[in-house]
Amino acid sequence: MVIYLIKRLFAVVPIILFAIFLMFVLVRLSPVDPAQAYLAASNIHPTEELLAEKRQEFGLDRPLIVQYFQTVADIVRFDFGNSYVTNTPVWQEITTRLPATLQLALSSILVAIIVSVPLGFLSAVYKNSWLDHFSRLLSYLGASIPQFWLGYVLIFFFAVKLDLFPVEGRGTWQHFVLPSITLSLALIAIYTRLLRASVLEELEEAYVLYGRTRGLKEKGIMAKHVLRISISPMLTGLGMNLGKLLTGTIIVEQVFSWPGFGRFFIEAIFNRDIPVIQSYVVLAACLFIVCNLIVDIIQLYLDPRISRKGRAQF
Amino acid sequence: MTRIRTALKGKWPFAICSGILVVFFLVSILAPWIAPNDPIQVNLALKLMPPSLEYPLGTDQLGRCNLSRLLFGARVSLGFATLIFVASLGIGLVIGTLSGYRGGWIDTLLMRFCDGVMAFPNLVLVLGIVGLLGPGLWQVVVALMMVQWVYYARMIRGMVVSMKEQNFITAARISGSSNWKIIRRHLVPNVLPPIMVMGTLEMGWAIMDISALSFLGLGIQPPTPEWGAMIHEGTSFMRSNPELMLYPGLMILFVVISFNVIGESLSEQFGVKRRY
Repeated sequence: MVIYLIKRLFAVVPIILFAIFLMFVLVRLSPVDPAQAYLAASNIHPTEELLAEKRQEFGLDRPLIVQYFQTVADIVRFDFGNSYVTNTPVWQEITTRLPATLQLALSSILVAIIVSVPLGFLSAVYKNSWLDHFSRLLSYLGASIPQFWLGYVLIFFFAVKLDLFPVEGRGTWQHFVLPSITLSLALIAIYTRLLRASVLEELEEAYVLYGRTRGLKEKGIMAKHVLRISISPMLTGLGMNLGKLLTGTIIVEQVFSWPGFGRFFIEAIFNRDIPVIQSYVVLAACLFIVCNLIVDIIQLYLDPRISRKGRAQF
Repeated sequence: MTRIRTALKGKWPFAICSGILVVFFLVSILAPWIAPNDPIQVNLALKLMPPSLEYPLGTDQLGRCNLSRLLFGARVSLGFATLIFVASLGIGLVIGTLSGYRGGWIDTLLMRFCDGVMAFPNLVLVLGIVGLLGPGLWQVVVALMMVQWVYYARMIRGMVVSMKEQNFITAARISGSSNWKIIRRHLVPNVLPPIMVMGTLEMGWAIMDISALSFLGLGIQPPTPEWGAMIHEGTSFMRSNPELMLYPGLMILFVVISFNVIGESLSEQFGVKRRY
């Protein structure tokens, strides 16, 4: 098991290096000249001397390979450069905005788990009941509703018409309700289906039959064995859908004027704030990879069969 | 009649959704002929009008016909989703077949590249590319294509690798078929059906992504009618005219849910595993 973990840890390094490489290539391929973008963002009229000076400052006159290693070295030291717009270090901008985004993400994961674990489990146990049909409908809806639209529909009904929750901003717990629902519906859709499928699969296993023939209580079999094993694929789903959650936060933050990192990223796109764009994408990739790693480790504990097979199953 | 009924038994969601999609595709092709008004004709004297005979769904904040804009919006969403689908399938087919059939270092190189792209959350990379290329419809299309083909390539490569060892390929080779002929006549026709199934699911994603990017202001630029951008414009008038944002959202919902239902039931039939 330790060997498996070490192997997984080492497999992460080249992927992160590649992610940085890809971003590096994209920045160099882009028609936007960083020096020009910087001057435009700071409202300075670009002259030849200024552009040359900035290019030298950014190290754009050095060979590409040197630039690449410089970028990697900077990122390892959490130095993502300065934002062109605010002129403060990007890392500082990130750390001030990230908590808001993480709060939003965690609260929607929580909502998603609270709803989808019972729903998925019960719709497998009571297959083809009205509950099962309802969960199927819900998961189709969740997978097909555009998040930004759902956000506005919720605002329209619950904030404008019924005046139950605030329209936008962040502060009290009421502010969390609508954004979390918006963000979690897509996750609920996926988790419910995943859990239902894996519970159905587990119910066919021999140990369930054995437990039943031994006269164990149905509830005990379900709670102690079936649910515990079935959660595992759901965790994989959690890791794999982190990307969806991340892009979801970008959109939901935009809809609810949530002062998080996603909104900052969209502003950066409009301002051509290259360091911010670059670091958001690289960080998102790192986060994605690290979370999948954590999920794999948790799975090892939940389902010891995985380590015997030597790798996580999907 | 009974034959039709047995054929459709238990498949009515599939039938309904196919019907919806056929209608939407027809609408997007026929939009210029069936739309009652010009979708970008501004008429401030007629702004935010209730439904009337001339404007069946009323007008928006610039006096443009809502129905016409919705119909033309179908054209943009479905048209570009299809374009992205065809293009990324094409790239994926070439790279995947090459990688799977050749093997060796080409295979390793290409597949490591795909792994790298897949290490990014999908839409984050798309947003990053759009951010570096600058906002605009074509940038969005290129970015989505650059990200989507990877998934097709991976899947096709997997199928080609397992198919390559099967007897019918060996038989073809023994009977003297060239590599090109084997790929064209034996591999590609066998690879395509499951890929098309995956494609129907991807179409739904593509439509959502295009509209999300337009909503963020990065995709289609006004005055071109597009559902995501229309929702964005409509939100400013939420209190007085909520229908401005409700209609286009429902359109996206109908189209995407149809693609998902069809994709799902096809993938059950073909035994294709869905990518979550």
